[in-house]
Amino acid sequence: MKTARSEGLSVLDRPNSYIGKVVPRPNIERLVQGRGQYVSDMVLPRMAHVVYLRSPHAHAKILGIDTTAARQVRGVIAAVTGKELSAVVTPWVGVLSHMKGLKSAPQHAIAIDHVCWQGEAVAAIVATSRAAAEDAAELVVVDYEELLAVTDMRTALDPETPVIHASLGDNLAFERKLDAGAADRAFAESDEVVEAEFVFGRHTGVTLEPRSVVADWSVAEQRLTIYQGTQAPHMVQNIAALHLGIPDSQVRVVCKDVGGSFGIKVHVYADEMATYALSKLLRRPIKYVADRVESFNTDIHARDHRCKGRIGVKRDGTIMAFEIDDLTGIGPYSMYPRTSAIEANQVVNLVGGPYTTENYRARARVVFQNKNVMCQYRGVGHPVACSVTEGLVDLAAARIGVDPVEIRRRNLVPDDAYPCASPAGLKFELLSHHTALNKLMAMMDYDALRSEQAGLRKKNIHRGIGLASFIEITNPSAAFYGVGGARISSQDGVAVRMDATGAVICQTSITEQGQGSESLTAQIVGSVLGVSMERVRVILGDTDNTPYGGGTWASRGAGIAGEAALQAAKVLRSNILDVAAAILQSAPSELDIVDNRIVSVGDGSPRIELNELARIVYFRPDTLPPGIQPELMATRHFVPREYPFAFTNGVQASWLEVDTDTGFVKLLKHWVVEDCGTIINPQLVDEQIRGGVVQGLGAALFEKCIYDERGQLTNANMADYLVPMSGEMPDIDVGHVISPTFETELGAKGAGEAGTAGAAAAVANAVNDALSPFGAIITEIPLTPQIILTALRRI
Amino acid sequence: MTALVPISLEVNGEPVEAQVLPRLNLADFLREHLSLTGTHVGCEHGVCGACTVRVNGDIVRSCLLLAVQASNASVETIEGLSDSGEIADLQDAFRHRNALQCGYCTPGMLIAAQDLLTHNPEPGREEIREHLSGNYCRCTGYQAIIDAVEATARARLERAS
Repeated sequence: MKTARSEGLSVLDRPNSYIGKVVPRPNIERLVQGRGQYVSDMVLPRMAHVVYLRSPHAHAKILGIDTTAARQVRGVIAAVTGKELSAVVTPWVGVLSHMKGLKSAPQHAIAIDHVCWQGEAVAAIVATSRAAAEDAAELVVVDYEELLAVTDMRTALDPETPVIHASLGDNLAFERKLDAGAADRAFAESDEVVEAEFVFGRHTGVTLEPRSVVADWSVAEQRLTIYQGTQAPHMVQNIAALHLGIPDSQVRVVCKDVGGSFGIKVHVYADEMATYALSKLLRRPIKYVADRVESFNTDIHARDHRCKGRIGVKRDGTIMAFEIDDLTGIGPYSMYPRTSAIEANQVVNLVGGPYTTENYRARARVVFQNKNVMCQYRGVGHPVACSVTEGLVDLAAARIGVDPVEIRRRNLVPDDAYPCASPAGLKFELLSHHTALNKLMAMMDYDALRSEQAGLRKKNIHRGIGLASFIEITNPSAAFYGVGGARISSQDGVAVRMDATGAVICQTSITEQGQGSESLTAQIVGSVLGVSMERVRVILGDTDNTPYGGGTWASRGAGIAGEAALQAAKVLRSNILDVAAAILQSAPSELDIVDNRIVSVGDGSPRIELNELARIVYFRPDTLPPGIQPELMATRHFVPREYPFAFTNGVQASWLEVDTDTGFVKLLKHWVVEDCGTIINPQLVDEQIRGGVVQGLGAALFEKCIYDERGQLTNANMADYLVPMSGEMPDIDVGHVISPTFETELGAKGAGEAGTAGAAAAVANAVNDALSPFGAIITEIPLTPQIILTALRRI
Repeated sequence: MTALVPISLEVNGEPVEAQVLPRLNLADFLREHLSLTGTHVGCEHGVCGACTVRVNGDIVRSCLLLAVQASNASVETIEGLSDSGEIADLQDAFRHRNALQCGYCTPGMLIAAQDLLTHNPEPGREEIREHLSGNYCRCTGYQAIIDAVEATARARLERAS
């Protein structure tokens, strides 16, 4: 395969290339003026609003529902139960065949006779206004028989614990075991073996715009249009069509501006499916916007893991083996259609990933419980695996008296060892752990910080430094979902065309939620074509008007759709030069496109403006030589084939202060060095990293969905569920190492989840470093004052 | 349900007369009655700052104010502040610094930042962080926002001197 290198000067190094440049995002102006169009802003003629009545119990039988009084409320159009809605929408089971043994129970759009978590919808009230629907919802009478709730993942598999879905036989959703190398021998040969249990708080995405959908069934066309803030429009198209019993081609999914996603909006939720079904049932547009309480109770949660870990180490610092036993509770159903086994599976895949040891044993068990569903949220498994791995590495370093930097230097996979594979079978094309670590040391001035730390300790000020090396899965191939039978595309397509004024229109199958999908597409296309970005318009988020593709998730947009954009633009460029050569009686090889005009390759002299070329093509084709049929549109698709995933790597560091009297942690500074290959727009990449880091910092210090023993979520609002705000966040310095993937001409890997992957691990290691004089070791997040004071035996 | 109440107020310099339910909050009134959808609703209880608007010159959470309470008041939303050009430099700084991703917090963030710069033309980074600490942004990690506000303050001071 031709690569950037083999061709010498690549299409990306052309004059006036936008690649590697900071360019403001083309779509940003409407957002700073408050003139974006989010689904929550939408109004359609005859549109009605749905409110879902939700179960107050974590686990109950529904004995009866009486909607009589609700139907009498002025403005109410319908009150619909799960049974009534099941006439138009079929249930689903969230399993995939490559997650061997994964099981789940049929889930309905609205519960029919069994509710399995507090917040599951039991009835829909549709009215001319949301307020009227909410008024009416209060009048619905539901007769519940409360059942014992399964809440503690640690006892979910005990024989005396009730089984949530009798048809499944037990509460075990999925189990995976891995035994690589010779773990027993390696532990036996270790000088020290250190163990710890790492506990992760269940948290959620808290997108500022809640999940929103407007479903519009056209009776005349027998066609459903879904306006939804989704990361995967074609996936939603397929799932909606499948369960409403209509062809995929009769569902159009439109995704306008989206107020935050982070994986929360890559799934299909039961209430969204119910909204599609209600539109079909009631033959009118139906709008559903989750309120904040519903968001906390129904947006997927993540990271509720308890992971026991062991590390064996020689006195010289050589890591001999890792072992983990991970347990996670995913709520009552495996989420649809991506399943809830993926996070635990990723934990197994990723633990120990940056290090050379070949000895690794792992078990992961995924259990059902009566809490909200868990599924893929930004970073999927990475923060868990990174915290366990890096926590164990630091514990081992402390045990043998080696500096945390030194133990990493001795054990990180050498930069010249690639390509290579991990004990879990992950294939690494080219990573840069040591270069990244060296760069980080220089950025943070590690030695100076250590002296500062020592000086401050004498004054009873306790600061800590924490490091976390990590790997990140990006650019996933069909290995992620397709091989398991999911109709979730791993390829993306981009169509590029030049219109009659010389302007360029790109249609891409990825979506925009603020990452910069439009910008990177326009930057690539503009650069390859030789056209200024102002002339390039990007269309995305519409299944009727873009090529078929996966969308924006799993750090895949730049690497996969970016390559498709590059290849499509190359074809269009070649087609334009063919026409130019015909017009100019020259040869394509003697011509180039620079700054919106055809120029001579030799001396760069202008030959014809692109708008003039386009005028001739579209309006005076009669003046072209016979046999010339211009094709000023080109489409290309791309999917990685050589490597199932393009792994990236990086390292983070946290510098913080712990107040040992109050237990409060003050973050002073955070550093990240990461390697995402070719950087299309450094500003966009840095801001992805920073945003990702802060989500990880939230998990490290604040964020936790607190359930009581009856399965009640006790902090389902933004005052009680703490998120990072500007006052508590540090400045974050970001550096890069660039190891492009050779699988594409673009060379870009993903960057969206690197920040989240390692931030919590760095903070936890820094807190333990700060507390080392007290002999306190904490392996639980969020690191609340209570946790810290308890570890210090102050409370 | 109680009866509709007549209110009259000024929104972005235009007189508005309306009949509203007493329970209607100002955010919903702006969004649903006036189609001024730049005022966003995030948490619905005054914590996230997405619905920040100016009422008689002060920044308020429009989800915590009833529309009837805004009767006879002058309300300014992001649309008005954009059209008047009052915050054009701040918006430009946000654009160039990429101080927004999804953009949902941005109207509230801009209005809160403008409030700071009006009262304190030379804020330090910590003061900016503190003033904006009632405005939730899930995308950026805040640093780019702090940078953009800091740069705007500096540019305004330079222009004034």
